[in-house]
Amino acid sequence: MSESAAKDTPEQAQFREHCRQWLADNHPGEPPVRLPQSPLEIMTTEQLDYLQAWQKAAYDAGLVGCDYPEEVGGGGRNDCQRVANAEMIRARTPFLPNVIGLGMAAPTVFYHGQEALKQRLLPRLFSGEDIWCQGFSEPGAGSDLASVQTFAEKKGDKWVINGHKVWTSLAHFAEWMILLLRTDKSHKYDGLSYFVVPIRSALGKGVTVRPLIKITGETGFNEVIFEDLEVDDSFRLDELGKGWQVAMTTLAHERGAGEKVTPRSGGMKSRSTHSSTSSSLIELARQCQRDGRPASEDALLRDRIIRQVIREEGLAQNQRRARVAALQDHPARLPLQNKLLSSEIAQDTGAIAMEVAGASASLYLGDDNAPAGGQWPMAYMNSYGMTIAAGTSEVQRNILGERVLGLAKSK
Amino acid sequence: MDMSQPDNFGFTEEAALLKESARKFLADNFPTEKLHALVADDPDPERMPGAHWDRELWQQMVELGWTCLAVPEAAGGVGMPVVAVAGLVEEVGRAAFPCPLLATLNATYALAACGSGGEAALAEIAGGTSASLAVTGQDGSWSVGDSAVKCADGRLIGSAWFVQDARKVERLLVSAQDEDGLGLYWVAVDAEGVDLRPDAIVDLTRDQAHVVFDNAPAQRVSGDAAAALGAAMPAIWSLLAADIAGAAEWQLQTTVEYVGTRQQFERPLGFFQAVKHPLVDVMVQIDQTRSLLYNAACACDTEPAAAARYAHMAKASASETAAFASGRSVQLHGGIGFTWECFVHLYFKRQKHSQMLWGDAAWHRARLADMLIGTAA
Ligand SMILES: Cc1cc2nc3c(=O)[nH]c(=O)nc-3n(C[C@H](O)[C@H](O)[C@H](O)COP(=O)(O)OP(=O)(O)OC[C@H]3O[C@@H](n4cnc5c(N)ncnc54)[C@H](O)[C@@H]3O)c2cc1C
Repeated sequence: MSESAAKDTPEQAQFREHCRQWLADNHPGEPPVRLPQSPLEIMTTEQLDYLQAWQKAAYDAGLVGCDYPEEVGGGGRNDCQRVANAEMIRARTPFLPNVIGLGMAAPTVFYHGQEALKQRLLPRLFSGEDIWCQGFSEPGAGSDLASVQTFAEKKGDKWVINGHKVWTSLAHFAEWMILLLRTDKSHKYDGLSYFVVPIRSALGKGVTVRPLIKITGETGFNEVIFEDLEVDDSFRLDELGKGWQVAMTTLAHERGAGEKVTPRSGGMKSRSTHSSTSSSLIELARQCQRDGRPASEDALLRDRIIRQVIREEGLAQNQRRARVAALQDHPARLPLQNKLLSSEIAQDTGAIAMEVAGASASLYLGDDNAPAGGQWPMAYMNSYGMTIAAGTSEVQRNILGERVLGLAKSK
Repeated sequence: MDMSQPDNFGFTEEAALLKESARKFLADNFPTEKLHALVADDPDPERMPGAHWDRELWQQMVELGWTCLAVPEAAGGVGMPVVAVAGLVEEVGRAAFPCPLLATLNATYALAACGSGGEAALAEIAGGTSASLAVTGQDGSWSVGDSAVKCADGRLIGSAWFVQDARKVERLLVSAQDEDGLGLYWVAVDAEGVDLRPDAIVDLTRDQAHVVFDNAPAQRVSGDAAAALGAAMPAIWSLLAADIAGAAEWQLQTTVEYVGTRQQFERPLGFFQAVKHPLVDVMVQIDQTRSLLYNAACACDTEPAAAARYAHMAKASASETAAFASGRSVQLHGGIGFTWECFVHLYFKRQKHSQMLWGDAAWHRARLADMLIGTAA
C-alpha cells in the first residue's frame, strides 16, 4: 500500500504506535457466521451485530473518524485516518459495516450540514450505531442522476416527500438516509435539494423498504418508497436548490477522490472471508490443476496473472503519486481513476480466477469441493456491482475525458 | 510497497526543477516541426540508414550537465538519484529528441556497478564523453549473460548487435567472453578494428548499428559483466519506461487536441465515446506506467533488493503503453494520421522501437512470473 511509517509526523508516529498496540490486543477474532465479501451484502443481524461491535470498538479506541473535529465526535487529529487504515489492514481486521455512512454521508454532512446536525448525527455514524444508506438512484434516474423525480413539497415548516428509490444498499438496516430529491420541477440541476432523513423510525409511516435479490443470490440492496413522509427543514443540507453541488461532495468521496480519507478496515483472513487480489489468485493457481500440472505452471495463465499483479501495483503507486504535486499534470487526473481502475482490476482478476479453476469454477458456495469455498465465482459476479455502482465505468470514462482531457461533453 | 521507500519517491524540489527546465529547454529549442524537418527528409522505405541529430543542441545539454547527472560524485559526477534522472528522460522522450542521452546513462549505470574498474570510464563520462552499451547478440536476447564477442590479450573479436545511437556516441561498453568468464570492456568507437555497421531502422529519431570487432583494443572495466549489467538493468528499464511515458503523453495530448478541433457529423470528434473512451484508456495506461516507473526508480535509489521486480513491472507496463498510445494516436487521426506529413508517425515509430528494446511486455512479465509465482517445472 501507498502508506509508510518512514515519513510520519510526530503526531502520526505516536498515533501509529497507539493503533498497533490497541490492535494487538483487540482483534475481534473469527466471526460466528459466514461474512459477505463486502459490507454491501450484509444480510443477517448476526453478521451485522458482529461487524457493528467491531466498528464501535475501533471507534472507541480512536481509529475511526480520527481526522474529524472532536465537537462532532471525531478524534481531532491531523491526517491520521490513513495511518489507522493502514494499521487496521495490516492487522487483518474485519471490514467496517457502516460504509455508506463513513465514506459518503459523513463528509457530506460535515461539509454541508448545520453545526447542530453534525453534532447530533456524526458520533453515532462513526461508532456504527447508526447505519446509513444513500437514496440517489431511481427507476428512471441512474447514470443520469440529475433527473431524479422524488419530490419534496413544502407544507408549513415541514417537507412532504413522495418518490421511489432503488438499489439502496443497506436500507434494510439503516437508521438514516442521505437523500437527493427535487424541490422544483422546472430546473433539472437547480431544482435539486439534499436531505438527511431518518428512515428506520418511519418504517410503515411513510417509508417502505423492500429487499432486492442480487445476481449472486444475496440481498443487500433495496427499493425504498416514500409516501407522504414528513421531515423537518432542519434536515436539509445546504441551501434549497443546491442539491447537485452537495451530491458532488458525496460522489467525489464515493469514488475515492474526496477531501476526507474514508476510514477503512479489512484484510481479515478467515474461513469465511475472501479478497480478490492477485496474491489470492496465485494461491488459487497453485492449488488448481491444468492437464495434470499446477495451473501456476501454465505460461499463458502466468502471463495473465502477472498482468494483474502489475495493475494492482500501478493502482497503489497512483495513490502514492497522487500526493506528490510535482509528479502530476492535473489535480483530478489520478483521483478520478481510482474507482474505475480498482473495479476493473477486481473484475479481471475474478475472470482469470474462474479460468484458473477450470471445470471447478462451476462449483458455488454450497459445494464442499469448490476451490476457495466457491468465493471466486461470487467475487466475479460481485465485481459487476463495482463497475456499475457509484457511476458506471462508462460514466467514469466520460468524466475523465471531459473533466481531465477537456473533450466535448457526451450529452 | 516496502516501507523503506520515501512517500514522495525521493522526487525532491531539485528533481522537479530539473524536469521543468528540461521541458522548457526542449519546448523552446526543439519543437516537433524542427524534429520533423531534421529526421523525416527521406520517406523511401529502402532508404540508407540515417543518423540525423542536432549536435549543437546536444552539446548544450552536455554543458547543462545532463550526461553527468548519474555519474557518482566520487567519479566527478552529480550523483543524482535515478528518480530525478527519470524525470529528465521523460522530457527527452516527450520531445523525441534524437541524442545519446539514454545510451550514455545506461552505460553510466553499468559502469557504476563495476567498482573501481569503472572509475576511469566514469570520469570520461563526467567530462562529457558519450557512450552506449554493446551487450546484445544478433538473436536479440536480453539476457545479460550472453555475448558473441570474445576478448584475448585486450583485443575484441566478434560482433555486438542492436547498439543504440551508435553513430552518436564516442565509446562503447562491450560484454565479451575472456579467459575468466564474461567481462565488460571500454572501447573507443574510432579505434582501429571497430567497424560500425548502421542498421536500416524504422525509427527516425534514433540510430542503431551492429558493431564488428576485429582485434579492437579494449580496456577491461569488470570481470563480471553479468553482475554489473544485472545491477544496472533496473535503472535502464526504468529510464526507458520514462522515455516511453513522456512520448506517450505527447501522443495523448496531440490526439486530444486534434479530436477537439476536427469536426464530423457537426460535432468535434471527441464528443463521440468511441473516440473519447480509448483516449481515457491511453491516459490511464500512461499513468500506470508513470507511477510504476517512479516506484522502480525510487527502488533503485533506496531499495535495491526490490529494484528488479519493480522495474520489470515498469517496463512491462511501458511497453503496453507504447503500443497502445501509438495505435490510438494514428487511428484517431484518421487519414491524415496515416501520412508521412503528420507528426504522429515520428512518435509511433519511436514507441514501437522502445516497446521491444530491453525486453517487451511479455518478456518482463515472464521474468516477474518466475520471481513471484516460481519457475515453471
Ligand atoms: C451493487 C450496487 C449497489 C448500489 N447501491 C446504491 C446505493 O446504495 N444508492 C444508490 O442511490 N444507488 C445505488 N446503486 C445504483 C447505481 O448507482 C446505478 O446502478 C448506476 O448509477 C447506474 O445506473 P442504472 O442502473 O440506472 O444504469 P443506466 O444508467 O441505465 O445504465 C445502463 C448502461 O448504459 C450505460 N450508460 C448510461 N449512460 C451512459 C452514457 N451517458 N454514456 C455511456 N454509457 C452510458 C451504463 O454505463 C450502463 O452500462 C447501486 C448499484 C449496484 C449495482
